[in-house]
Order: sequence, then structure tokens, then C-alpha cells
Amino acid sequence: MSGIAEPSLQAGAQRDPAAGRSGRFRGGTLGPAGTVAAAVVALAVVAAAWPALLGGGDPLAVHPSDALLAPSTAHLFGTDESGRDVLARVVAGTRASLVVGVVATLVGGGIGTVLGVVAGLGGRVVDAVVGRVTEVAFALPLLLVALVVIAVTGPGPVPATLAVGFATAPGYARIVRGLVVRARSSQIVETAVVMGRSPARIVVRHVLPAALWPVVAVGTLGVGQAIVWASALSYLGVGTPPPAPEWGAMLADGRTYLQTAPWMSTFPGLAIVVLATAVTVLGRAIRRTGAHR
Amino acid sequence: MRRGRPSTPAGWSAWVLWGLRRLAGGIGVLWAVATIVFVAIRLIPGDPALAILGGPGSQASAEAVAQVRQEYGLDRPVLVQYLVFLGRLATGHLGDSYAFRTPVATLLGQQLPVTLTLAVLGLVGAWVLAIAAAWWSTQRGRIAAALTSGLSVTASVTPHFWLGSVLIVVFASSLGWVPAVSDGTPAGWVLPVVTVAVPVAGYLAETIRDGVVDAQRSAFALAARSRGETRAGLFGRHLLRHAALPGIALSAWAFGSLVSGAVVVESVFALPGIGRALVTAVTQRDMPLVAGIALVSAAAYVVVLAVADLVERLVDPRAVATRPGVRTRRGAPRVTRPETGAR
Amino acid sequence: MSVLDIRGLTVAIGGVTVVHDVTLRVEAGECVALVGASGSGKTVTARAALGLSAPGSAVRVDRLTVAGLDVRAFSERRWRTVRGSRVGYVGQEALGALDPLRPVGREVADALRLHTELTAADRVEAVRSALGAVGLDPSIATDGRLAGTLSGGMRQRALIAAATVGSPDLVVADEPTTALDAGVAVTVMEQLRTAQRRGAGLLVITHDLGLVAGWADRVVVVHEGRVVEEGPVDAVFADPQHEATQALVRAASHGARDAAGAGTGSGSGSGVVSGGAHGAGPVLAGEGLSRSFDGVRALDEVSFGLGRGRVLGVIGASGSGKTTLARILLGLETPDAGTVTLDGAPWVPLPERARRPHRYRLAAVVQDPGATFDERWSVERVLVDAMSDGSAKHARGALGPRVDAALEQVGLDPALRRRSPLTLSGGQRQRLAIARALATDPEVIVLDEPVTALDATVQDAVLTLLEGLRDTTGVAMVFVSHDLRAVRRMADDVLVVHDGRVVEHGPVAAVFDRPTHAVTARLLHAADRLASGAA
Repeated sequence: MSGIAEPSLQAGAQRDPAAGRSGRFRGGTLGPAGTVAAAVVALAVVAAAWPALLGGGDPLAVHPSDALLAPSTAHLFGTDESGRDVLARVVAGTRASLVVGVVATLVGGGIGTVLGVVAGLGGRVVDAVVGRVTEVAFALPLLLVALVVIAVTGPGPVPATLAVGFATAPGYARIVRGLVVRARSSQIVETAVVMGRSPARIVVRHVLPAALWPVVAVGTLGVGQAIVWASALSYLGVGTPPPAPEWGAMLADGRTYLQTAPWMSTFPGLAIVVLATAVTVLGRAIRRTGAHR
Repeated sequence: MRRGRPSTPAGWSAWVLWGLRRLAGGIGVLWAVATIVFVAIRLIPGDPALAILGGPGSQASAEAVAQVRQEYGLDRPVLVQYLVFLGRLATGHLGDSYAFRTPVATLLGQQLPVTLTLAVLGLVGAWVLAIAAAWWSTQRGRIAAALTSGLSVTASVTPHFWLGSVLIVVFASSLGWVPAVSDGTPAGWVLPVVTVAVPVAGYLAETIRDGVVDAQRSAFALAARSRGETRAGLFGRHLLRHAALPGIALSAWAFGSLVSGAVVVESVFALPGIGRALVTAVTQRDMPLVAGIALVSAAAYVVVLAVADLVERLVDPRAVATRPGVRTRRGAPRVTRPETGAR
Repeated sequence: MSVLDIRGLTVAIGGVTVVHDVTLRVEAGECVALVGASGSGKTVTARAALGLSAPGSAVRVDRLTVAGLDVRAFSERRWRTVRGSRVGYVGQEALGALDPLRPVGREVADALRLHTELTAADRVEAVRSALGAVGLDPSIATDGRLAGTLSGGMRQRALIAAATVGSPDLVVADEPTTALDAGVAVTVMEQLRTAQRRGAGLLVITHDLGLVAGWADRVVVVHEGRVVEEGPVDAVFADPQHEATQALVRAASHGARDAAGAGTGSGSGSGVVSGGAHGAGPVLAGEGLSRSFDGVRALDEVSFGLGRGRVLGVIGASGSGKTTLARILLGLETPDAGTVTLDGAPWVPLPERARRPHRYRLAAVVQDPGATFDERWSVERVLVDAMSDGSAKHARGALGPRVDAALEQVGLDPALRRRSPLTLSGGQRQRLAIARALATDPEVIVLDEPVTALDATVQDAVLTLLEGLRDTTGVAMVFVSHDLRAVRRMADDVLVVHDGRVVEHGPVAAVFDRPTHAVTARLLHAADRLASGAA
């Protein structure tokens, strides 16, 4: 599957020269949206590392007498069917989502980058082979891959992470390959050739940096998608097993109580949307600051 | 691009070649998928013979297991099983599902179309939403642009299982505009299609909007405006085509995730698709069913790729002028150098 | 009747005022040239006259009348009725100004579709005649051809057709001939003159005074956003008052003189060529070079010899194969047949591994140096990298003074060391590229259109620099260009290339004064016509 957007690579388009300085290197400013997003992500990191700081109570503590309470000052997000504090569970679930999202992206991005670089730098045969492999990988729906991985290894956060990672790798591979091929035929590389630089040096000094920096930005976008897919797997019951607090699983629990206790679904769902959006907006802001020419 | 007379599309023969090439590629993909399925299923722990007999807890006798093994050819060497498997697939025999005891083809025939329809309708809906969003945001100024961008990003990461539930609560239960679960009527499809479409629409909208903004800064957009082109004309005749190109490629790759999304959404709306069957099939080592689903999905993907290629050629006539099926060669920029020395 | 009347135009972009109180007038049937260096505000002025100012611009004007209409308070909708019907615009970037995804015929017909009530059939007729008038095949109107199949010159002509098909009262042409070779540039200017003769007013914007000397009636000179001089073109040319105008006149006459053949400096005449000028054999020699792309012959049996310390000019129209030749000499392309030797030893074809240790002997300067600089490197790093064969990143030890010397040699302020090359002007970048090329003390430098993308005044300065370097360092050069004026200044010998073949070669004075081949004569004639505007 590809949840990855290809960065705008319209390098060939002629520019209208007076339409603003499109492409000057701007160091460091994330813009208002980016800053807000960065703050949210920072908050999430804090929640993941020190959940006690942000949410009261033990996410696993069961109080049957307090089941299905609406949000109140005692329980800001209400309680679920076993009387567990929803706020505490949402905060505690941040760690799982963040970790799975980041690790899955690293796995997918890592595999994809290696494949893409190999395809981009290698000869026509290598490129064709890798191309066929990624095409096949694309043909398999994420869910199938995930279910098979989990059937082989058993459910849990690690298989879910790996499954999402494997499924997103082809998307990265395609993007990286495009970037490498473009960098390879750039004038910067030609100049280095004319100046007599060795191929190894050209690749390391010019091709890879030009090709890999945009991937970082794309990867940040990918984390958002990975978070959503990981929750989807938990929702289907093949991710983190209960009673561990995980947003997707909480949504599955809340489904039966949708009419009676909507807060059980609302807050975990919002958490997914807010975190994934923040990560994505941050990624776009990073991509803008790193945009050259 | 070379100067001089444009190369005319070579006519029927080129298109036939294109079709054959895609067919060969498609068969290759299907073969690879089948092999992967075969290997994957074998890796799943558990004894298939037991699965056939009704699962690990079925208390089957040793003779029954042995008989099943022989009947299904499970006692033969792996390679032979593989070849038999391939052979059956090649002749169109998808076999019988172990778990459901019905021919896979029947099961798929009933359930897969629902899932695929949902995926396709979702894609169409996503495109409509994305283009509308792109148009709206570029016409109304900076605030609208920021708003659309924010909405698109949020939409693209909205989990469909959550969105589905929310939509049911709001539109079905509270407002009663549409049925909550599918009841066979077209109205019953509205919410599921919207649910599948929204995340993809968010994604597409971002991509298309980026493309439109990019195209707005181009020299040809300025030239069009200098001729007095209207806003709608500029958008429809110039900007949208350029912006849609990356979106078309994206749609093809995203089809796999659309199918996955559809499967999830089915469970929310109780649609009779392959969702539940898929989960059962994998956990019970029901190889024929898994193979069937995987192959049909892969085949659908191959078809979608071919359709995307066709649509791309319609939108981008430059692609037609080259032989269909031949993408820009690596190092193709070199070819243009001799012309750009002095324009 | 004036078709354009601007008074007191002030434009600020992002808070910075780029145009101060400009006043400009164009009468019907008149050609006014708006001349100035890059960044002087000419394009901004022209776009303001069309209501197409860039987003984020603050435009204030006392009076702005276009085709007799007071457009100061025009809404966007009213502007759209004016653009394309009363005002035609031909922009700077010819290569990208036609939508690559749309048939050219439709692009040309747009103005008619938008502003007239003609039927489709009538439109096609009008487009056909417009295309014919600019010298293009009228069938382009209906055959669905895309911009990518047209050369740069053809595209520019199509754009003129698109801008004039509606018979506008005012035609604004922004740098219409930049980067076009002389033959094509003449055709373009002629098309504009045809529109002028039909009664339209013509506003031509350019950085090259020499271009408009023969074509415009009046000249308005802008410098740093202000009008500094104006008047009939002959008067301004003969007696420029402002120093900006003087620089423009200098640059123009330098070129005009040389193209006309009464040049003072031709290669071997001026200065002293140091080092063994005619040592043992040529330093660079090519024999029977051929190369085809997609079945089209780009080079056909090209042979040449470059003497030590001499400059070989390679001239030809676009598409003649000159750039392919340059790329082969640099080892970036492999010829299908033929060889190149460097100082007698094989150079092309040769495995890169064998060639690499000798690469320092042959350097390159290209048309767009900006694309060759790694954006994260500073000026200093660019030079240090070149001097140390890629091993050093900082100017430590002996490299420090060497970098200073190199910058001085090309006329760059040492204070620019820490800057990114992308923040430098076009002329400064090219100087840096030249410094980089000289850093390894090469025997040959291959220059591919080194000044084509620069302003006229800057071209002048860079060519002067190159002339000086040629004389002091004794490096041999291959100077590839379609600009005959530049080649005349720089070269000792010249090679004339047409359709991949060498049609003439010899000492530059001989070839330019007494051409023997029709192609050479055509090129010289076109350059003359461009300079003089002869009808």
C-alpha cells in the first residue's frame, strides 16, 4: 500500500520569475501551523515518556462500580465499561501509537530507502528487478500482509509494527528511486564528473544527500499514516492484545456502547486524528523549510 | 523533446503491444503473489489437515487426519504441492475453501464484488471531493487555502473505523437521513462510500492542491492569464491537468490501501464483503480462500494500474506521442541537451 | 493616440520598492524600448501595465491608461476583458509559456475564443493565418501538436501569434529574443514589427540596447527602478547622459562593431599569448566525431584542432550540434565514432578510470552555473574543493591565500567567501565558475554559451574578463556559442557547424569578413540585421 505522497518534484516546470521567491533556502522557520504541530508532537512525546504527568490514574485499574460514567471533573474523559478512566487510557496509549508509528516508518523507510537507492544507482537490470518486486508488493493489500504476518507470529505490537513497515516499504522505495535517478543526472553530478571525482565520492557527497533529505520529510508524513494503520490493526483485534490501553482497541471496545457511552470512542478517535495530523503538518513544515530551488 | 514533426502514435500495433506487455506483467505479478501466498501459508503454525477437519480443537482421529492428508495431497513433497497448486490456479480451479466447505469461486463471487465496488466508489468519491476542495481553496484566498489544507491533512489521517461510527451516530441514528447498516438499497451505500472516500480524498486533495499551486506559478499560467483566461478556464483547462497527474499515479498505488480500508469499513457497516472471510481464512490456514482473495485483489490491482496508465495518457498527451508502454528512459534528459544549447 | 500612458508608477514587493515613480508612454504605431539591467524593474513595470503584478505587490499609480481605458480601478473581471483583446503580452520564458499538455493550436486560439464571437471554423481560419504570418506551418492550428515538438524559436513565434491574433492595440514583449540565436531573433522582431505596422503600439523590454537600436523608435532607460533617460533611439545612442545608459551603449557598440567586421580585438591580435603558443601539435584535437540520438544525426564527422593557448570558437544555430560537441569533449557523452586526443594522448573514447587522473587538465564553464553549485556549499568551499581535488572542505593553510588570489583574478570581492553561490548575481556566479575552472591550472577550458544568459552589460564585463585571462594564463579555450559578437571578440579560429557538420573553419577574421559557405553568410547577415534593424 502507499500512504506516502510523492514530494512535488516538478523540477522541469518553467517558473514565472516574479511570482515570489519560490525556492530560496529558508532556514529554520516552521511557520505558525508547523509550530503548533511541533508543540502537539512534543506533548505526545511527554505523554509517551511520562504518562503520569498528564493523565490521572492507572489505566488498568478496574472499578466496576464506576462503569460508563460520562465525562466529569473526576473523570475528564469519562469511564469505560470496566470503570477504567478513559483519560488515563488515552494518555497511556500514546506511547504505543507513537512508538509503533515511528518504528514502522523506520522499518518501512529503511527497507524502502535501501531498495530505492539500489534501484536508482544500479544498472537497468537491477532497476527492473527491484521495480518488479515493488510492483508485486503493491499488489498485496496491507491487510492481507498484516494478517499473514500476524498469523505466522501471533498478534502483538511487534508483528503489527513489522506488518505496517513491510507494507509501506514499496512506497518509499519508489520515491527514493525517483530522487536518486534525478540526482544522478543533475548538473551538479556532471560537474563533479568533469572535475574528475571518483564515483564513490560523487554518490556519497552529491547524490545521496540530495536524494535522502526529502525522504526525511516524507517519512514524517508517513508516521501519521503508520499510526492510523496500526490502530486499524488493533481495532481488528490483531494488534496489541487487551487489556493494554491502545487507541484502536479502545475504539473496538467502544463500538458496542456507541449510543450509550460515545465518549469511549470519541476521545481515542480524536487522539488518533490529532496526533497523526500534528505529525503530518510538522512533516510538511519541515519539507518546506528544507526545500531548495 | 525532439524538434520537427511529432511522432504519431504507431496505431493499432503499438496498442496491441502495450496490451500484451501489460498482460505479461500482470501474469508475472499474479504468479509472484501466488507463490508468496503459498509460502506464507506454509509458515503459519498449525496443521492444515486439522484445519480442514474443523480446527485444532476438533478431536479428529489419527485415521481421519491421515485420510485428509492423502486426499488433499498434503503428504506429498512441498515442491510437488506447489506445482499442483500453480497448475490448478492456471486452469482456473481455485478449489474449495477448507473452512467454509464451499468453492472459493462461489464465495468470492458473492463477497468480493461488494468489497471491490466499495473501493472503486470510494476512489471516485475521493476524486470528486479532492477536485472540489482544490478549486475552492484556490479561488478564495489565503484563509480558505489554509483551511482546506488543514482539513485535507486531518481527513487524510482520519481512521475509517472511527469515522464510520461517528457518521452512523450523526447521520443514521440521530438524523435518520440514511440507513445505518446496509440494506441493499443505494442509500445504504452512502455512508460506507463516504467513510472510505474521506481519508483518500484528504490525501488526494493535498497532492492536487500542491500541484495546482505549483502550476499557478508557471509561465504558461501567466501567459493564459495575459490572454484574458477566466479563473474557471485557467483551472479547468490548465491547472487541473497538471495537478491531476501525480494524483493518478497515487490512486493506482493507493488501491491496495483502499481495499484494506474497504475491508475495515465493511465490519463497521455490516456489508457482506470479504472482510470477515479474510480474517477467518488466514487464522484457519484456509489456503484456497486466502489464495483466491489475494489473487483476485492482485488481478484487480493490475487492472487498476492499466486503467491508470490509460487515463494518464488521456490527460497527458505527451505520453501518447511516445510508444505506449515505453517510459522515459533513464538518462533521457540527456537527449534534450543538444536542443537547449541556444534556444 | 496613446495606447499606453503610465504616470507616477510605484510598485513595492514585500515592502521593498522596486519601481519608483515611472512615467512611460507608447503611441499607436510606435515601438518603445524599455531598457535596463536585470532587477531594474522593467518586468515589474510591464506587468503592472497589464494588471498582472505578482501576488504581494503594492501598486500605486497616478495615471494608467491602456488602449484608451483608465484601468486604475479595474476589477479583475474587467481586466480580463482587456487582456488578450486590447493588450497582448509575450513573456520572458518562451520555453515554458505554452502549456505542455495542450495543443499549440488551441493556445493560439484562446484570445479569440475568449473575446470574440467567431465560430469555431472562423477561429481556425484566423489562427491559421496568424501562424502563417509568423512563419509557422498553419496546420499547427488543427493537428493537435504539443509545445514539446517545437523548438524554442518556433515556440516564441507561436506565442507572438497567440498574443497578436486578437489584433490588440498594445503589444508588450518582455525579453522576446533572449537566448534565441540571431536568425530566429530576427524573425521574432520582424513579427513584432508587423504588428506595429498594423497600428499597434509596441513596448519591447530588454536588457540589450543593441537589440533595439535598429528596431525601436524611442528608448526609455531604467536603472534601479527609476527612469534615468529617454528619447529617440539614435539620440540616446549617440550621446548617452546617464552612466547606466553609457554602460548599455558601451556593451551594445562593443558587440555591434565586432559583428560588423570592423573589430579591433580579434583573438591573436591583442595581448601577448604566454607560453609556447605553437608547441608540438594541438593541445586538443578531434577526428571524425559522430553521434546520433534516436536516429537523428547530431554530429557528423566533425574534426578540429585547438592550438596551445589559442581560442577556438564554435558557432552555429541551435540544434546544430555544438553543445553535443562540447559534451563529447568533456567526456559526458560518448561519440558513436571518432576520437579526441588531449595533448596527443587518447581522451575520448576512454574508460573513465583511465581518464580521471587527467581530468584536471580540462575544465568546463556552462551556460547556467547556478545549477552546478551544490546549494549547501559556500563560495570558499567551491574553490577549495576545486583546488584540492575534492579532498579539502575549508581554506586551511596555503589554500587561504590561494582562494583570495583566485577571487581577485576573476574580479570577485573576497568578502563573498562565506556566501552561498545561489545568493550571487548571474554575473558573479559565472565569475565563480570561471575561477573554479582555472583552479586546477588546466590546459583547456570548454565554455558552452558562457554569457548567453547574462545581461548585455554583464556579458560585456565577463567577456572582458575572459579576454584578460586568455592573455595572462595562456590557457586554450573552446568557446561554443550562437552569439557571433562574443565569438568574434574571443576567438582566434572559428568552426561553423550546421546540422552536425563543419561547414567552414579558419581564422576568425577571414571567416567573418569573407565567408565561403552559405550558412556562415546567413549567420553573419542575421547578426547584422538584428543589430541594425534593417527592414
